Amino acid sequence: MKEGVVVKEGLRQSMSWVHTWAGLLVCWLLLLVFMAGTAAYYRHEITFWMKPELHKAAEAPSTIPAAASATLIVRELQQRAPEANGWFIDLPSERNPLIQAGWTNPPKKGMSREERRNAFRQQNVTLDPITGQHTAAPRDTRGGEFLYRLHFDLYYMSALWGRWIVGIAAMFMLVAIISGVITHKRIFKDFFTFRPKKGQRSWLDAHNATAVLALPFHLMITYTGLVTLMFMYMPSPTKALYGEDQNTMFAEVFMNVDRTKPAGVHAPLADVAPMLQQAERAWGEAPTRIVVSHPNDANAKVELFRPSGQQLSNLEPSMTFNGATGALISSTGPISTTLSARAAVYGLHLAHFADPLLRALFFICGLAGCAMVATGALLWGVKERQKYAKVVAAGGKVGFGVRLVDALNIGAIAGLPVAFAVYFWSNRLLPLDLAQRTNMEANCFFAAWGACAILAQIRPTRGMWRFQLLLGAVLLGGLPLLNVFTTGTHLGVTLFGGPGLRPVAGFDLVTLLLGALLGWAAWWLGRKGKRQAAAAKSTAPAAAAAQPAPLEAA
Amino acid sequence: MTPTTWRYRGAVASRAVAAIGGGYVLTSIAIALIALALPLPRADAVTLATLLSFVVYTCAILWVFATTSATRAWCGIVAVTAVLGALLWLVGRAS
Repeated sequence: MKEGVVVKEGLRQSMSWVHTWAGLLVCWLLLLVFMAGTAAYYRHEITFWMKPELHKAAEAPSTIPAAASATLIVRELQQRAPEANGWFIDLPSERNPLIQAGWTNPPKKGMSREERRNAFRQQNVTLDPITGQHTAAPRDTRGGEFLYRLHFDLYYMSALWGRWIVGIAAMFMLVAIISGVITHKRIFKDFFTFRPKKGQRSWLDAHNATAVLALPFHLMITYTGLVTLMFMYMPSPTKALYGEDQNTMFAEVFMNVDRTKPAGVHAPLADVAPMLQQAERAWGEAPTRIVVSHPNDANAKVELFRPSGQQLSNLEPSMTFNGATGALISSTGPISTTLSARAAVYGLHLAHFADPLLRALFFICGLAGCAMVATGALLWGVKERQKYAKVVAAGGKVGFGVRLVDALNIGAIAGLPVAFAVYFWSNRLLPLDLAQRTNMEANCFFAAWGACAILAQIRPTRGMWRFQLLLGAVLLGGLPLLNVFTTGTHLGVTLFGGPGLRPVAGFDLVTLLLGALLGWAAWWLGRKGKRQAAAAKSTAPAAAAAQPAPLEAA
Repeated sequence: MTPTTWRYRGAVASRAVAAIGGGYVLTSIAIALIALALPLPRADAVTLATLLSFVVYTCAILWVFATTSATRAWCGIVAVTAVLGALLWLVGRAS
């Protein structure tokens, strides 16, 4: 795109330019966000896999009524944390086989946010719903929560910084998607076009297919992702209507800021079982989440939430009871169209409503997103390399930009799967009594990724591609085998065990499949390399020069 | 390879600033105005206007790169921002 030439070249060319650069500048970060975000669709299952101590207790599904489970856990919390600020209880549900609860204590003075968060992580209890007994203490891990947070908070920096960086990258992505669509005159036809083994054209087709196939998903997930934090990214309407009073805006829009202060007068908490029964009668299904604020205080409140799955919105209907008297205070009524639209857009991103099949489809679309970003990044290298065809043929080197992009591609596309695999390996192999174990797991993730990225910068070659892809294949595909040696719930058990173990089996099978995919990619590259070497030998050097290896590094 | 001139680089950089910085300012003012103009309860107005922000921003960015020259891009962004800014100021004074 040259200044002044644009008119002649037209809209499509300038949009193509925007698409290329908006995509390229952020593609490696986007790959991290897409991979971690895709994994986060199964964050509860990943967390469960990463706490093998809980597997046994979860094997048989709970048949105990919700009210009885609630009574059990409340009795437990009354012993453990009667003075707590709040109790957060998750009863057994489709995606959570156990009774889990955490609590917050009144904040001590001088406690930093990080310290409070760490304390909260220690303050939890898990009960087996069938026996009512404590489960074995699970290992210290953040599990899928780490990947979920990683995809918008990043790591090693304040969440605020991470969110701005990811938000800017998402905006680039949105621009790249729209400009990509404008560039495409034959968007429908291109989808059915695949020209394999044709170098650049094949990569273009692969990029088009993965992008167009899941285009509604890509557009949806990028826009809804921005919407999740929109009041932070775009504060001007809030300023215009609320001035500096952001809290009022949040209270009015999110309708969840109803902070009653404790009365300071002791009043024993009323029985929760009748409250759950009342909610179950109203909704036709039992609540699975209970939040008790200021238990055993005269101002105590018990909030019950309907299980997700009936609506797009992330704002689940709730019923609030007076904790001292047990009387119903309020239940959420219908909200305005605009507010429910926002909640639905938000909910679409989280996909809490998705049943197993839809969730799997979202996961596959997420993987298609990863493939779209990866093939797009590769395509840039392939195209750019052709400009250097004559230089390379004359014994020269490709430009700095091409080398840098090649190396970053290896480090991200082949290196990130290695990092994910190492994260899961560290969960099984790090000593259980290690101090700061959760942080060490995260450190392992970034150490592996960093090593891959640096190695790629040193030698951005086809050999490096194969090495890292193979490493990823072995590590990911090896996870089910690692399970055999480090846990009692490997595939041989989980495939034939109770329904509570299905998430564990699913995890192992998916990693096996992804490992096989990476292995296939490594094998394909090796075969291609041999063919090109043979072709170079048999033809005259001049002919070889005229036909530059289109995918030298890929 | 076609040689890239400094003039060309400057034009690209100028457009990038117009798109990212100028586009953000334009969007912020436009959605503040929309929020004030919408005949809805303020919680709804603030939500709807903010939801629209990314659409406005994307259009602004794409237009900056689609138009014929960097100068034109700057003129367009500044002119629209100025008009919307003046309107916002008037609305702010009236209320």
